[in-house]
Amino acid sequence: MATTAMGHAGTHAHAQKTGLWSWITTVDHKRIGILYGVTAFLFFLLGGLEALLLRWQLGAPDRTFLSPEVYNQLFTMHGTTMIFLGVMPLSAMFFNYFIPLQIGARDVAFPRLNAFSYWVFLFGGLLLNSSFLINAAPNAGWFGYANLTSTQYSPGLNVDFWIIGLQILGIASLAAAVNFFTTVVNLRAPGMKLMRMPMFVWMSFITQVLLLLAFPVITVALVLLMFDRQFGSHFFVPSGGGDPVLWQHLFWIFGHPEVYILILPAFGIVSEVLPVFSRKPLFGYAAMVFSGAFIAFLGFGVWSHHMFSTGMGPIADTVFSLATMLIAIPTGVKIFNWIGTVWGGSLQMKTPMYFALGFIAMFIIGGLSGVMHASPPADLQQTDSYFIVAHFHYVLFGGSIFALTAGAYYWFPKMSGRMLDETLGKIHFWLMFIGFNLTFAPMHILGLNGMPRRVYTYSAESGFTFWNQVETAGSLILGFSFLIFAWNLVRSLRRGPVAPADPWNGATLEWSIPSPPQEWNFAEEPRVDSRDAFWEMKRVRGGTMPEPPHVSGQGIHLPNPSYWPVVTALGILMFFVGLLLHVHVPTVLAGGALTLFSILSWAFEPTGH
Amino acid sequence: MAFRNSVLRRLRRWAPALCLSLAMLWLAGCAQIDYPQSTLHPKGDFAHLVDALFRTTLRWATVVFFLVEGALVYALFRFRGKPTDAEPEQTHGNAMLEVVWTVIPAVILVLIAIPTIKTIFKTASVPDDDPMVVEVIGHQWWWEFKYPEYNLVTANELHVPVGRTVDLKMTTGDVLHSFWTPQLAGKRDVFPGRENRLWFKAELAGDYPGQCAEFCGLQHGRMAFRVVAEEPAAFDAWRTGLAALAAAPSAPDTARADTSKAAAPAEDPLVAQGRQLFNTKGCLGCHALSAVGAPTMTGPNLAGIGDRTHIAAGWLPNTDENLARWLRDPQAVKVGVLMPKLGLNEDEIKALVAYLRSHRAVAATPSVAAVQ
Repeated sequence: MATTAMGHAGTHAHAQKTGLWSWITTVDHKRIGILYGVTAFLFFLLGGLEALLLRWQLGAPDRTFLSPEVYNQLFTMHGTTMIFLGVMPLSAMFFNYFIPLQIGARDVAFPRLNAFSYWVFLFGGLLLNSSFLINAAPNAGWFGYANLTSTQYSPGLNVDFWIIGLQILGIASLAAAVNFFTTVVNLRAPGMKLMRMPMFVWMSFITQVLLLLAFPVITVALVLLMFDRQFGSHFFVPSGGGDPVLWQHLFWIFGHPEVYILILPAFGIVSEVLPVFSRKPLFGYAAMVFSGAFIAFLGFGVWSHHMFSTGMGPIADTVFSLATMLIAIPTGVKIFNWIGTVWGGSLQMKTPMYFALGFIAMFIIGGLSGVMHASPPADLQQTDSYFIVAHFHYVLFGGSIFALTAGAYYWFPKMSGRMLDETLGKIHFWLMFIGFNLTFAPMHILGLNGMPRRVYTYSAESGFTFWNQVETAGSLILGFSFLIFAWNLVRSLRRGPVAPADPWNGATLEWSIPSPPQEWNFAEEPRVDSRDAFWEMKRVRGGTMPEPPHVSGQGIHLPNPSYWPVVTALGILMFFVGLLLHVHVPTVLAGGALTLFSILSWAFEPTGH
Repeated sequence: MAFRNSVLRRLRRWAPALCLSLAMLWLAGCAQIDYPQSTLHPKGDFAHLVDALFRTTLRWATVVFFLVEGALVYALFRFRGKPTDAEPEQTHGNAMLEVVWTVIPAVILVLIAIPTIKTIFKTASVPDDDPMVVEVIGHQWWWEFKYPEYNLVTANELHVPVGRTVDLKMTTGDVLHSFWTPQLAGKRDVFPGRENRLWFKAELAGDYPGQCAEFCGLQHGRMAFRVVAEEPAAFDAWRTGLAALAAAPSAPDTARADTSKAAAPAEDPLVAQGRQLFNTKGCLGCHALSAVGAPTMTGPNLAGIGDRTHIAAGWLPNTDENLARWLRDPQAVKVGVLMPKLGLNEDEIKALVAYLRSHRAVAATPSVAAVQ
């Protein structure tokens, strides 16, 4: 059956477009983007459900709704899921769908590698979550500090699931980063100079550089930890001369750039939405590009601000403190430029704009609390308290999630060919905005008043009860707002008004082609003469563009579908499951062999033309 | 008039945001809550230094918050447009403006950085020639404190004299923990095989709760402790009392007559039975009842347990009822601790509680537990 499908696709590239098999073998960046989006949204809802369980447990002092063990598993999986299976792949959805469209390309540089990234991500996410089935979900935190993760203190499979899961997800991220980096460098339409690229492409491009430089570090750290656990080495085991602090350095050299991996795509999305709905170009384009690059660069020099309480000494504290404060300057530039973009505009208050403005308002708060714990002595009181939990939720939820939601409302018409419901969108916004602030604002108060993170309960005499109750109530509102979003998505997909090619008077090339775009994106390669290329085209024409025609696509060469990416991903999964099962040699060898065989088959796959 | 109407209309549209802000303010206003573990009411010099720095930063952050959010909200109302409006002026940037809003934050950051660096160096080393050294050892999930100066060991309740700098030399017996008494000082993590330092000087007598702040496994949430700061005379009474307890034999033997307490009235038979049980039920395998020169054992040192305000690592009030609960089944109170269910019957539990309650360093004064 497989060969039939392959042979078929080889001769009629544009024929097969429906059915499960077409999704499994697709190499179309838009379909892969949708796969990323749907999968990541489901994982995101799972991570949210975990958060609601945690919040319910903390809704009253000494509550026994969750056992300490389950609580520890849930907070570990909540963090891991939201970062690696939620926000990162939601960003990847937009990278996939919109980098090629915004630079005027027909696909990414390596379409099959793109499919491979998705399948590896999916399998990694499923493996990580399968640990719940045997009650062995990771339970040492998303940061997995040594030596709690040693076999002596974590004898079960929990930590192994975490190591193997992250390792698999790292492969997906690295492969995708290579792909998008090459795409931006090589596949830009004629005239799309670097300094004419849409800001979303710029921020995504910088994100790929961060991924390429940061992920090898966590890969190495995880390999060392796996060796400690599986082969009895002592990289992080003090009794054997190892050093748990080494783990912290390795983890945060990855972990801090990871924060920017989560936020830079959000910066990009907001920088697209604000100009379109202000009907005015982005303020200070060059400053936006360079501040993004500067943030990314500095992001590699501040990791130890996660470690002020380890006692690094006054010199190291000073250096990392100053470097961290320095990041506030380019970040401030970004915020001021966004406000500058809105200033003097003609604001069209559509749902994407609500979320983009909500992003700025919330991100300012996260940024300011960030400066507070850039100060090491103050951080000695704040670190590992709920003040930090408040801070990074204002950055990653108030920041990333608000921006990703803005992107979802902005680009849904392009991706689906349907408009989302504006009323439901605004209800979603207000419930999310109110729920978010009720959940996370009181955490500032609790943290400063001494509530530590990662505690499964607290006593009434601590005084923590009242605000925890407020937070739990807020989290329910927050969770409910996403049900409305999901309902809006499902309902609009079936019954939403049909979206025109350019519903928002967009500035960038994706709005010049039909909604949803045809498989080859651009029937003719676009030519770019300036920034905001599509605005310029409309200006030159003296008004709006006519609805772009659907063309037959005759004579357009597209890459063939292939099942080798998914088979290769299966080989990798098998290899790592073998490692997980205390190095089960036959599984490891079989997985390795399958991986090698499918890579070879992939390499020698006929192109069909 | 038209302008006023449109403003009113906009205000109505933004009513949810206003309601939220007002609700938060109202909630904050009526929440007059006492937080015994707060960082905002420092009672030690280290915590005061940190608090001053935090308040400096907070002031700047508040100014920036209102200016920037204010500009954003103003722009939102001022520049609202309709689809039919003419295209606004297409500005691309303003070099002067961009320089200004790069420089102003930089200046503010310098104003934060200067006190930050000063405080970093002030808090880096012990500012005292004659501090009281305390060795802190973190364990899953309790704290051990040693006083080399007095050759004493205790657990989960660190007594310190008011007005004398305490120099903590800290490590762990297993995984990472973090020592945190918010009212007295910031956090310091502890690492196996390494000595980490923290210091503070309590300025006011009091019972200050503290808690482990680095995730350390199953019962991280229940790894609390107390710092009891006392006037020097009370502290001396406590430590001499603890030392004297060690001189009193823990076995039910005749040597008791030799001690200074021989003159005391005849012992409560229940306490005597409890002492007997303590020795025969295996308690001594893990717990020492002598604070003097005791080695680290599997379980917390119990010398003076009758005085402590809390049990089970600083969070469960030390009442007879709670002690009985613990003895009946420690796993039901704090799952995962090393102490197994001992299978004691209710009479034995009653006797053990009486004995443990009688084990006091400061027998003459009513303990906090008794007051509670």
